Amino acid sequence: MKNNRFIIFAGLLAIIAVVFYFATNVDQVEDKETKMKVAFVYLTNPGDHGWTYAHEVGRQQVQEHFGDKVETSYVENVPEGPDATRVIRELAQNGNDMIFTTSFGYMEPTLKVAKEFPNIKFDHITGYMRAENMATGNIRFYEGRYVQGVVAGLTTKSNKIGYVAAFPIPEVIQGINSFAQGLKSVNKDATISVVWANTWYDPVKEGDAAKVLIAEGADVLAQHTDSPAMLQTAEKSGVFGFGQSSDMHEFAPSAQLFASVNNWGPYYISQIQKALDGSWTTGEGPDHWAGNTWKGLSEDFLVLTDFKNMPSNVAKAAQEARDGIANGSINIFSGPMMDNEGNQILASGEVLDDGGLWAMNYYVDGVIGKIPN
Amino acid sequence: MIDALVLTILMTSVPLILAATGELVVERSGVLNLGLEGMMLMGAVSAFALTYVSGSLLVGLLAGVISGCLTAAIFGFFVLGLATNQVATGLALTIFGTGLSGLIGSDFVGKAIEGLPTVFPETLSNMSFIGVFFALDAIAYLSVFIALLVWIFLFKSKYGLVLRACGISHNSAHSLGYKVLTVRWCSILFGGMMAGLGGAYLPLMLTPHWSEGMTSGRGWIALALVVFASWMPSRIIYGAILFGAITIMQLAGQARGWTIPPQFLSSLPYIATIFVLVLISSKGTAKYLAPSDLTRPFISSK
Repeated sequence: MKNNRFIIFAGLLAIIAVVFYFATNVDQVEDKETKMKVAFVYLTNPGDHGWTYAHEVGRQQVQEHFGDKVETSYVENVPEGPDATRVIRELAQNGNDMIFTTSFGYMEPTLKVAKEFPNIKFDHITGYMRAENMATGNIRFYEGRYVQGVVAGLTTKSNKIGYVAAFPIPEVIQGINSFAQGLKSVNKDATISVVWANTWYDPVKEGDAAKVLIAEGADVLAQHTDSPAMLQTAEKSGVFGFGQSSDMHEFAPSAQLFASVNNWGPYYISQIQKALDGSWTTGEGPDHWAGNTWKGLSEDFLVLTDFKNMPSNVAKAAQEARDGIANGSINIFSGPMMDNEGNQILASGEVLDDGGLWAMNYYVDGVIGKIPN
Repeated sequence: MIDALVLTILMTSVPLILAATGELVVERSGVLNLGLEGMMLMGAVSAFALTYVSGSLLVGLLAGVISGCLTAAIFGFFVLGLATNQVATGLALTIFGTGLSGLIGSDFVGKAIEGLPTVFPETLSNMSFIGVFFALDAIAYLSVFIALLVWIFLFKSKYGLVLRACGISHNSAHSLGYKVLTVRWCSILFGGMMAGLGGAYLPLMLTPHWSEGMTSGRGWIALALVVFASWMPSRIIYGAILFGAITIMQLAGQARGWTIPPQFLSSLPYIATIFVLVLISSKGTAKYLAPSDLTRPFISSK
């Protein structure tokens, strides 16, 4: 009996191992010596229709652009933490020349492995730590949210905007404040109510947050969480919303006004091209700031889907806002700018620099409530 | 405005009522199945996939129930057939269900379906005050009905008494001639069906799409709920609504600019469960305690 139990447990473990093998398989595309080998580390399955999906689209663009010159591979479902260190190290040992790690939580694992393999180029997405052979790439996501604010301000009838947010970190706060700046540029009476879901991903809770905001009178919803649940709720309740990370119109054909889509392809292609040319660098100085790429609408790192479900004058205003940010005529955070407690952040004529953007710990005027600690 | 909030609270509590009621029966018979999350995910993915393919919500619901039941059968095979450790097997079932549902569901990510319709016409649900209770779907009413049936079965019928006896002392039940393993098999399969149905409610009603790991810990909350309810079916309903109300009120509180930290409110269900645990163990009355043979494998000495 005891022996039997052991065998069954071993069998169970084997089943689990097989499942895990399929869940985190390495997809090698082809193998030739002369090619440059580039690997990508993904947080979830590329079928998540959100964050990782956008990176996978970027990888496919790389493959298409370089053809036979570059060989790409990826590892999916890599948890942030010690597992990530193991996976990144394995990729480094397997002869990859360049490794892109595509989530904030891979920052320290990447740094650790980068120090062990000084000849391999590491490119971490959305972090702030850099080394001689580790650069950072990021998208100015908040620029799309300004345009969302403009559309929301011209669409709302109740002048109440609901905003479902994940965690009170600078990136999310930048988004809320940028949205508020866009909103105020067209509608001085509208306000934003923020609900923190305290999760990036919990469809039911995101949907509940949307229902609550609608019950409180919001008629346009924005989100900084990952699932399409909020838009589905908006669709059902006859209000409007914006898609997150990828086009979500299939979930909400009559509710999605537009979506800001992360477009990593151009960044990956330019970084790999630089590596091929020998001009890839992480810059000078202790923080390697020159190696930090942070671009948005102007370089098509962020693209907006078609403006739908809105009258033509609103679509026109949205297009003008988009173009204004892209060509630099609109500066989203420029003075005079007040926080929502009446303190002046920027005097007339002042502009917030990148350091100021990453230090945001306040809501600008127009947002209701306080940021939780 | 209040109506909409109450409706949201009721809908959020439905999957908790279903999964916890099933688990309550399982635990009453003396088995702890920690695989709720895995069974709910299997129910969710099967329900979505079959609804998407067949276009019929009924087929989807049945698929959810059946796949929850089949997943539970794997668990039953190990803990009853081979008398393995219930805690370890249950945890393995959660990991297994999470992985397998992700694999099955990968083709269905990014697809949308029409959710369940409401049962009563709008004229009823538009009434003030009581209208909200007519604005729900069939599964919501069914969940309360099932909890009621389970209460009648457990405490008003002979079979319920036998089931509880198996949970309190399987050796006594066995020596009286009752088939302990058969009773436990039935309760485990019932628990699986309920978890599958609870899981199916997520992609069919709450958020009509499938995405990996979409239960996000609701299986664990349902487990806490069984303890919170001190193994009494009626308290599952109050408890689920209370847990739902805490979740929704913390969201509504934020929308209204209340200053209570949302992290604190999010942890309230767990704090409440610990509080109940302390309360029932200090009370010491056997009626409120866990079945005494819970997690102890039964090996018949033939």
